[in-house]
Amino acid sequence: MNNKDVLNLINITVSFEGFLALNKLNLNLKKGELRAVIGPNGAGKTTFLDVITGKVKPTKGEVIFKGKSLVGRKEHKIARLGVGRKFQSPRIFENLTVKENLEISVSTPKNPLNLINKNIKDEQLNEIERLMKIVNLAQKVDSKAGSLSHGQKQWLEIAMLVGQKPDLMLVDEPVAGLTDEETDLTADLLKSLSGENTVVVIDHDMEFIRRLDSNVSVLNQGTVLCEGTMETIQKDQKVIDVYLGRPED
Amino acid sequence: MSLSKFKFDKRIVLSFWIILIALIIAAPTLLPVFRLNLLGRYLSLSIVALGVDLIWGYTGLLSLGQGIFFALGGYCAAMYLQITSSSEFPNNIPEFFALYGVEKLPFFWEPFRSPIFTFFAIWIIPALVAGLIGFLVFRNRIKGVYFSILTQASLLVFFNFFNGQQKLINGTNGLKTDVTQLYGQMVGSESMQRIFFWITAILVIAALYFAKWVVKGRFGNILIGIRDDEPRVRFTGYNPVVFKTIIFSIAGGLAGISGALYTVQSGIVSPQFMTVPFSIEMVIWVAVGGRGTLLGAILGAVFINYAKSLVSEALPASWMFIQGGLFILVVTALPEGVLGWIQGDGPRNLLQRFGLKRKIETYPSLEANNNEGNNE
Repeated sequence: MNNKDVLNLINITVSFEGFLALNKLNLNLKKGELRAVIGPNGAGKTTFLDVITGKVKPTKGEVIFKGKSLVGRKEHKIARLGVGRKFQSPRIFENLTVKENLEISVSTPKNPLNLINKNIKDEQLNEIERLMKIVNLAQKVDSKAGSLSHGQKQWLEIAMLVGQKPDLMLVDEPVAGLTDEETDLTADLLKSLSGENTVVVIDHDMEFIRRLDSNVSVLNQGTVLCEGTMETIQKDQKVIDVYLGRPED
Repeated sequence: MSLSKFKFDKRIVLSFWIILIALIIAAPTLLPVFRLNLLGRYLSLSIVALGVDLIWGYTGLLSLGQGIFFALGGYCAAMYLQITSSSEFPNNIPEFFALYGVEKLPFFWEPFRSPIFTFFAIWIIPALVAGLIGFLVFRNRIKGVYFSILTQASLLVFFNFFNGQQKLINGTNGLKTDVTQLYGQMVGSESMQRIFFWITAILVIAALYFAKWVVKGRFGNILIGIRDDEPRVRFTGYNPVVFKTIIFSIAGGLAGISGALYTVQSGIVSPQFMTVPFSIEMVIWVAVGGRGTLLGAILGAVFINYAKSLVSEALPASWMFIQGGLFILVVTALPEGVLGWIQGDGPRNLLQRFGLKRKIETYPSLEANNNEGNNE
């Protein structure tokens, strides 16, 4: 652990009635890093995000974010500290318009009095316009989010995540169900976000991960099996055994 | 945010308002006293329905216990009237106390000697009770059907408590208001009832605009977000507990005002206001009128109750069947409620089905986008 790290997971164990979803997991993220997390089904990838965002309380271990412990904090407090999350299937507010969805994400402070009394600030409106341009939704400002295509929903959710201005972005399967072209654009978008933000991407799609060109952590049975660049992990015998399969397959 | 693609012309809206205001002013001369009084009562019920629409239609909280807050408002108003009219009774306290040997006004009724205190108590006390119940329930993340059951259980607790407290609130007999005096006038008199009717009509409109203001902007969008995906709201940095407590408390306050207005126009408040069927009826009014439309809640409350009184006069035993049938019809055929159906594509689809209107030939999603663009 050093003070350049934005997130440290120390010996995290999560037990669901005896089943160890995470088992003494250790992971450190540097500020500005882009990190891919892969692993077979049931490896604990989503539980790993649940622990950081406060949805699941670890049975043992410590989560340190920007020097503060996150264990025991409520989800909305963790979000306000600067942890943003994109869900596996796009979770946007389908009965609200694209713009209203983004308003929810960029508005600060997030207390009822501010929301009911005041109009949204100009700089926040500008931010919404900028985001809509980045994700190509400027034409759809006043459309119901529910009427968007699957890819547009994925992007709206990514835009909402960016709008929250989190220091740490946790992105769960952002390219599931996207076309190849959309997948490439998403990879570029995530790459451009890292540097200023710390980004964790969870996915199965190896082409996509390769394109991210980042460090990769391989999870298996609730613990980190291996860490390194794509090339290193592809040569790692343990990883090949549990996940990647032999090249000749 | 509004579910409608269908908008009324501005001139139609203006003429609608002029007619409405004229009708409100003229109602006492147009309607017989009996009908006017019924209309006033139904209008007061529409205020509690507005609250139900805020918590259920917008926030997804199906409360089956709004009768608690409705009755609390009614008791506050009735006790004030009883106390101010008690000068000729023994010990200068309301007459019923003597029946149970009570010689001194219970301490918590003391502040109700003041009209100003009562004016605030009618809505603040129900709002505080709702806020407290709401906070405890929401903090523990009780939702959905468990929330509904819990509110209904609370209703039963309140009902039984109020029913059993003869020495404090005259128990099952309730508090009568029609023979009490307010500013030298009998509350049950024709002139007072006319004033109450007007006050009610004004408050219904005020409550509608208040509710519209609440759901208009980002606050309302968060409520819809909580209804549709509460965890997502939480992960975006909002605390749903606070939002739900506020809106439940607002609905409680509206219920209190509604209960007070209903009490002075029906002449009595009693634990009957806290029976289970009555609180469920409130939900039916909103479901039939149209969830998440606000105006639908008002129309639902007034028309269903009006139909109830007409049907009950003609065929006394059949109302429950009709009400049940209406509810089933709405749930199966018009899940958005009548107003939701009108604001959606309901009428046009119906006409098309009978071949009375040509089908639209443009690309539907394109047209929808254009319409929404024009509204800006």
